[in-house]
Amino acid sequence: MFMSNLIRQLYVVSIFLFLSIISINACAGETTSALKINLGQALSQSEINKYAITITPDGKHLPKGQGSVAQGRKLYNNQCQMCHGENGIEGPAARLAGTNGWISFSDPLRILRIKKYPVLLISVGELWPYATTIFDYIRRAMPHYAPKSLNNDQAYALTAYILYLNGLIEEKIIVDKNSILEIKMPAHELSVDAWKEESESNKNIRKNNDNDQ
Amino acid sequence: MKNKTLKSVAAGGLLDRRSFILSGLALSSTYPLAALSQATLEKPRSMPDNIGSELPQWMKVPGYGASEYGQPSGHEKHIKRYLEKNTPETSIFSIWHTPIANQRGIITPSGLHFSVSHNGIPDISPEKHQLMIHGLVDKPLKFDIESLMRYPIVSNINFLECAGNTAPNAVSFNALDQNCQELFGQISGSEWAGIPLKYLLQEAGLKPNAKWVIVEGADGGSHARSIPLSKLLDDAIIAMYQNGERLRPEQGYPMRLFLPGWEGNASVKWVHRLEVTDKPAFTKDESGLYSDILEDGRIERFSFHMGVKSVITHPSGKQQLPDKKGFYEISGLAWSGHGKIKYVEVSADGGLTWAKAHLDSPVLSKSLTRFHIPWQWQGHESTILSRATDEQGNVQPTRDKWREKYASYSFNHYNAIQAWHIDRDGKVKNVYV
Repeated sequence: MFMSNLIRQLYVVSIFLFLSIISINACAGETTSALKINLGQALSQSEINKYAITITPDGKHLPKGQGSVAQGRKLYNNQCQMCHGENGIEGPAARLAGTNGWISFSDPLRILRIKKYPVLLISVGELWPYATTIFDYIRRAMPHYAPKSLNNDQAYALTAYILYLNGLIEEKIIVDKNSILEIKMPAHELSVDAWKEESESNKNIRKNNDNDQ
Repeated sequence: MKNKTLKSVAAGGLLDRRSFILSGLALSSTYPLAALSQATLEKPRSMPDNIGSELPQWMKVPGYGASEYGQPSGHEKHIKRYLEKNTPETSIFSIWHTPIANQRGIITPSGLHFSVSHNGIPDISPEKHQLMIHGLVDKPLKFDIESLMRYPIVSNINFLECAGNTAPNAVSFNALDQNCQELFGQISGSEWAGIPLKYLLQEAGLKPNAKWVIVEGADGGSHARSIPLSKLLDDAIIAMYQNGERLRPEQGYPMRLFLPGWEGNASVKWVHRLEVTDKPAFTKDESGLYSDILEDGRIERFSFHMGVKSVITHPSGKQQLPDKKGFYEISGLAWSGHGKIKYVEVSADGGLTWAKAHLDSPVLSKSLTRFHIPWQWQGHESTILSRATDEQGNVQPTRDKWREKYASYSFNHYNAIQAWHIDRDGKVKNVYV
């Protein structure tokens, strides 16, 4: 009698445990499926290769090919100068060469040009910190009326010509994926990363708050 | 009696709003009674036999039917965006300003939202558009619109401001005689709805060295910006809806990145690709037009936040006050990329005395906030200013203070206190104080 009672109790307890394990599993299953929606499809390497056009300052993904200042000058005169001006400073589109600011000694008309097109206050040559960006932007977006129509050699040649207009390379230099990394843009030394400064000061504030507590 | 209830809160005729409302209540509770008792004494009115004979035409004909998509009244056709004339003369680089001085409240109609594009507006087929995530992730992924629509969609009311808003006052040596739309028209407010980007990034799985994401649009110029991963995991969304309907093409249809409180250029329109990296790419805009040149010649990059700012929209530049003196309500907008607006102070005497304005509800984080203050203009020459403070304690600087930090030709992130001068004839003009 005593034994059968014990067995009955153990039996009830074991069923209870069994059911509670099932219900825990069921809950866990529901929670996981609610957190992971997983409707994204796999993106293949060949699709990535087709779209990933961004060139970073370390030169990763720079393509093969090369271009000279002379080739660039020819392309520029045919496809670019109607917007950027004969010497890359006249506008109306972005000023490619020379200094930032209101006046430049080589261009007495600058203040008048700025009055018409304020965007000419700044210059690619003196504001952009990396030559890789010149190649990247020409290849993805230029010329304005036919973006992505230039091949890699042409994009290298135009990069060479813009660097030459800024006195950053000599006329005989060939620009390719190696030589482009050797160009020192004047703005590089002057750059300050506002985001880095902000995140560091936030970190310090957090640290101080933690210390207070 | 009236002068007693209308309490002055600062010089130049600024009034206490509460006493103004109370005096209004007093008037409304006494006048109708008086009118009623007079009416009972009057003789019965003689009305024309044909009640229509003296009423306007539109009360005597059936109206026209509504249409599939409603349009503003034909009488409001002059309220439209303004195209900046000083950008290159091509439609593909265009800057359209919202008519901010003709709006009330905090929501900009989608069709009047400011719009800047550097390479035109692409005509994207939604069924062919996809959002790709690759780079420093465990599983590169792509999402079509149908799949994205099954994710949780959140909505928030936020402002969007171009980094170059109010640039003329940043760089022009003399204050130009321009109106509020020309000077401040690159700020707008909308309800934006979309998918929190963290869901999609977490699904792809982030590598430990992931720190930045290069976000790219599917437009002709493949506009790209490098965005810190921490912002994308915080409050960034892939916006699909603006003010209850799918995005307008000029706002990024079929989808755009939306970064609350950050400069508009970073909220990449027509977004199609997110490349997760360990450092920024120094794309065209973060290398050039959207960097800030400091007073000492150093160049500040990645200054994403739009600072605390405000402007009086009523009255504002190039307007004409209809009466030589009398009652006007000063009203305007305030906003901050760092959070909520805490208060807005207004001065009607060029900044000598200030009074706090009333803030309309709702006061939301990183959103336009509408402020008001009653003003009894005495007809004297006056200079009216507004100065906003946000919940982080950031205060709008004076123009001189703002200028101290930047080179004379740096024009982005201008958030100085705006002044409007009113001459004795009631003409309102942009000035520096």
